[in-house]
Amino acid sequence: MATQHIKDAKREENIIKSRIVMTFFGILILVLVLFFRLYYLQVTGHTHYETLSNNNRIDLTPVAPVRGMIFDRNGKILAQNTPVYTLDITPDQIKNMEQTLDHVSQLVSISDYELKRFKRSLKQRPGFEARTLITNLEHAEAARFAVNQHRFKGVKLTAELQRVYPYAELTAHVLGYVGRIGPKDLKKIDKTAYKGTSHIGKLGIEAFYENDLLGTVGIAQAETNAHGRVVRKLHRTPATAGENLHLNLDIELQALAHHILDGRKGSIVAIEPATGGILAFASTPSFDPNLFVNGIDTKNFKRLNSSDDRPLLNRALHGRYAPGSTIKPFVGLAGLEQGIDDKQQIDCYGVFKLPNSRHRYRDWKKEGHGRVDMRSSIAQSCDVYFYRLASRIGIQKLHDTLIKFGLGRKTGVDLGREPTGLVPSPDWKKRVKNLSWYPGETVIAGIGQGFMLATPLQLAVATTVLANRGLYIEPLFLHSKEDPQTRILEPVDESDAFMVEMNDPDFYERVIKGMEEVVHGDRGTARKLGRKSSYRFAGKTGTAQVVGIAQDAEYDEENLEERFRDHALFIAFAPLEKPRIAIAVIVENGGSGSGTAAPIAKQMLDYYLIERLRRVSADKRVNDFG
Amino acid sequence: MILASRNHLDGPLLIALLMLSGLSLIVLYSAGGGNGDLIWRQFIRLSVAILVMVAIAYTRIDSIQRWSPHVFSAGLLLLGLVLLVGIVGKGAQRWLDLGFFRFQPAEIMKLGVPMMTAWVLARRPLPASNWTIVLSLVVVCLPTGLVVLQPDLGTAILIAMSGLVVIFVAGLKWRYIIATSGLLFAAAPLMWFNLHAYQQRRILTLFDPYSDPLGAGYHTIQSTIAVGAGGFYGKGWIHGTQSQLEFIPERSTDFVFAVFAEEFGLLGSMLLLLIYLFIIGRCLIIAFNARDTYARLLCASLAWTFFVYVFVNIGMVTGILPVVGVPLPLISYGGTSMVTLMAGFGIVMSVHTHKRLMT
Repeated sequence: MATQHIKDAKREENIIKSRIVMTFFGILILVLVLFFRLYYLQVTGHTHYETLSNNNRIDLTPVAPVRGMIFDRNGKILAQNTPVYTLDITPDQIKNMEQTLDHVSQLVSISDYELKRFKRSLKQRPGFEARTLITNLEHAEAARFAVNQHRFKGVKLTAELQRVYPYAELTAHVLGYVGRIGPKDLKKIDKTAYKGTSHIGKLGIEAFYENDLLGTVGIAQAETNAHGRVVRKLHRTPATAGENLHLNLDIELQALAHHILDGRKGSIVAIEPATGGILAFASTPSFDPNLFVNGIDTKNFKRLNSSDDRPLLNRALHGRYAPGSTIKPFVGLAGLEQGIDDKQQIDCYGVFKLPNSRHRYRDWKKEGHGRVDMRSSIAQSCDVYFYRLASRIGIQKLHDTLIKFGLGRKTGVDLGREPTGLVPSPDWKKRVKNLSWYPGETVIAGIGQGFMLATPLQLAVATTVLANRGLYIEPLFLHSKEDPQTRILEPVDESDAFMVEMNDPDFYERVIKGMEEVVHGDRGTARKLGRKSSYRFAGKTGTAQVVGIAQDAEYDEENLEERFRDHALFIAFAPLEKPRIAIAVIVENGGSGSGTAAPIAKQMLDYYLIERLRRVSADKRVNDFG
Repeated sequence: MILASRNHLDGPLLIALLMLSGLSLIVLYSAGGGNGDLIWRQFIRLSVAILVMVAIAYTRIDSIQRWSPHVFSAGLLLLGLVLLVGIVGKGAQRWLDLGFFRFQPAEIMKLGVPMMTAWVLARRPLPASNWTIVLSLVVVCLPTGLVVLQPDLGTAILIAMSGLVVIFVAGLKWRYIIATSGLLFAAAPLMWFNLHAYQQRRILTLFDPYSDPLGAGYHTIQSTIAVGAGGFYGKGWIHGTQSQLEFIPERSTDFVFAVFAEEFGLLGSMLLLLIYLFIIGRCLIIAFNARDTYARLLCASLAWTFFVYVFVNIGMVTGILPVVGVPLPLISYGGTSMVTLMAGFGIVMSVHTHKRLMT
């Protein structure tokens, strides 16, 4: 060290020492900064960060409830859930979607439809939510993928329960079907209730009783690490299965209805008069609801939707037909209410004319029925009698009576949207068509033609009122709900019921007498059926025009194109006393009610009243023996 | 040179360092998920580092002063070499493969730069002439620049800090300090555009980590969550969910403090900060009482650099500083930096033990 530096050593030392002290204080200040930051994170913000860390590690997986099953009145399964394999993809976990899809397709087959549906779903929901690529994998395919699962992060093979309708076409128009929850559904449902659930009732019983069938979602808590792998399971709130539904429907009777109507367009509705329970509710042609569960492919949908036979149309509920002569017993009742003597006879020459009018209203029987009263007019379906009766009653009074039987208004059936049908009145015509009512329109209303429209269900309900001698009872599919755990049946509230009061309760018997003669009388329009019947019953045939026939033209069935042929109708209840079944049959373009619809109804009645009973008692004998 | 009868080690400093080493093994056991291999390797490294420290503590401080230019030159040479033939890892060229082991020449400079700066400044009387200050700035900036080129921002900051603090302690006039700060502030935008894209992103996400929660912001978000979730008492050893479930990235190296703070809480963090503060304070006291200018400057620089480690690391883990690769000294898993740090403490001890020889 140079000597001239020595005398500065003290000064140098002082400079450095003061700077060291400064450095120390600087460090102290910075340590305080760290301390305050730590205090802020660990004390002030602790709750917040603890929540964040729990959100990190705790994974809440919704546990979808098992949808309630649906049974018929005898415990036959109509809708159940069977396990199927699906392949789900969580887009956020996929680096290269195209490549992943390509690799997956080398293991399992993906249809174009599934691929398109998946790609569409990519835009619809947030990327962290899994969506289905393939539903219903073959077992071999599922196994092949399971072996390679480790290669596919974000692609998951899951076994899920799928709705299956074992009776397919037979129940399509009753149960409807479930389908994947779509954008429209998302707008109206409570999203938390559907966490983990992919399907929702779209139509029919499935939609109407959605809330009962759905069940309650459960939650599984799991601890997962940063890579999303479950480390341990924490807590589980199990899902509660949806309620099982037991319907009044008799699937065997339903099957028979479909069998008889096979190849035709038509509908059969059968009701148990005492309860309003719907025994059969057939509409043909039908479709396989299983096709809709995972979204129907375009080809099948086109086939169903563009068919002239319109299999997707629920004829029993939505089909609106002119009731034709099946309206006559009700017109008769309206006449009795107006004080008209049913015993009073008129002469029928096959033609009716209004005073001051040259228009001739023709009877279906050209030569006329001769002397007829109300009972024989019902039995022989004399048009002239009812032309005359209707114009004597007047349209307003006729309307007021008919709607009491459920015609022209909703039946309140537990199946969702239904049409009102139509019982015309001058008010209605003014309101809808802005035209005044013509007396001639009253005349044809007397035989169920003109504006009047009724659904098969409405006709069956009206028939039920006759069977019950005035007791109106709301039609109902549901018999009881069942708690799937306790297996306790909870019967539904009884159907709304009220009396359709007549001035004299005997009016019903007088009309029913006519309906009895339709079948059992010598000149009844359906007398062929009565001859071979081992029980007595009441019915009424109907033939509804599809096209108007010109004044003097002949109706020639043979030369008419099928789709212009008349609709065949028949309403009936049996047995005559203490009826157990009321029925309405409509066969589109079936020709005459007596020729086509009546024999069909008879088959149904025979089956329900005789064959079925015989078999049940046989079963009982076997069971008792065993 | 070595007096066998005398103990050259500083007791309080040694005890504090051993406490840190013990804490390191405890935290790493948890962070490594009970990986015994990892603990063993850290133990070996600690032992080697302590041996290096002891060896240097027994070396006379004037010998160290004499070697300063050689250490610095050798370091500079190796830094040049690493840019030419270095091994690339994590997007930066830092490693030199010597066949039997790989090391980062930048580590040498953490000692070489303060040694050389102190050496330059101690040769002339203080306050230093402008020429000496320029020379010492060159000594600081040259290696810093080379390390930035690798690029290794964290180490560059540490090297720059270790040299600049020497100039500061040597009595750099305040007007220079203020002027330079102003200049730096003005030049900040220029520096910004010379940063790598990933470095820019890290600085940007510092201000809003949630702007990129799965990318650049992920580290900061997860580590602040871990620290905050630890609370006052901590979740307990090996019970930190953020660390055990692997939400914290690089949890045994740069982000080990997140594990520590989650499991031992504010209480444990305070203890750790106090140990650090004690070590720094002890070093500064030794610097204060050192026998000459070189020893004082070097010793103060080592204490300050050690603190910069702590501050930058905890600052980035708690989200107040950008993410730069600076380990938590003596706690983080890793070899070279630990040896360098312990060598630094060896120098401090040497300063301490040789302080009375001249007087």
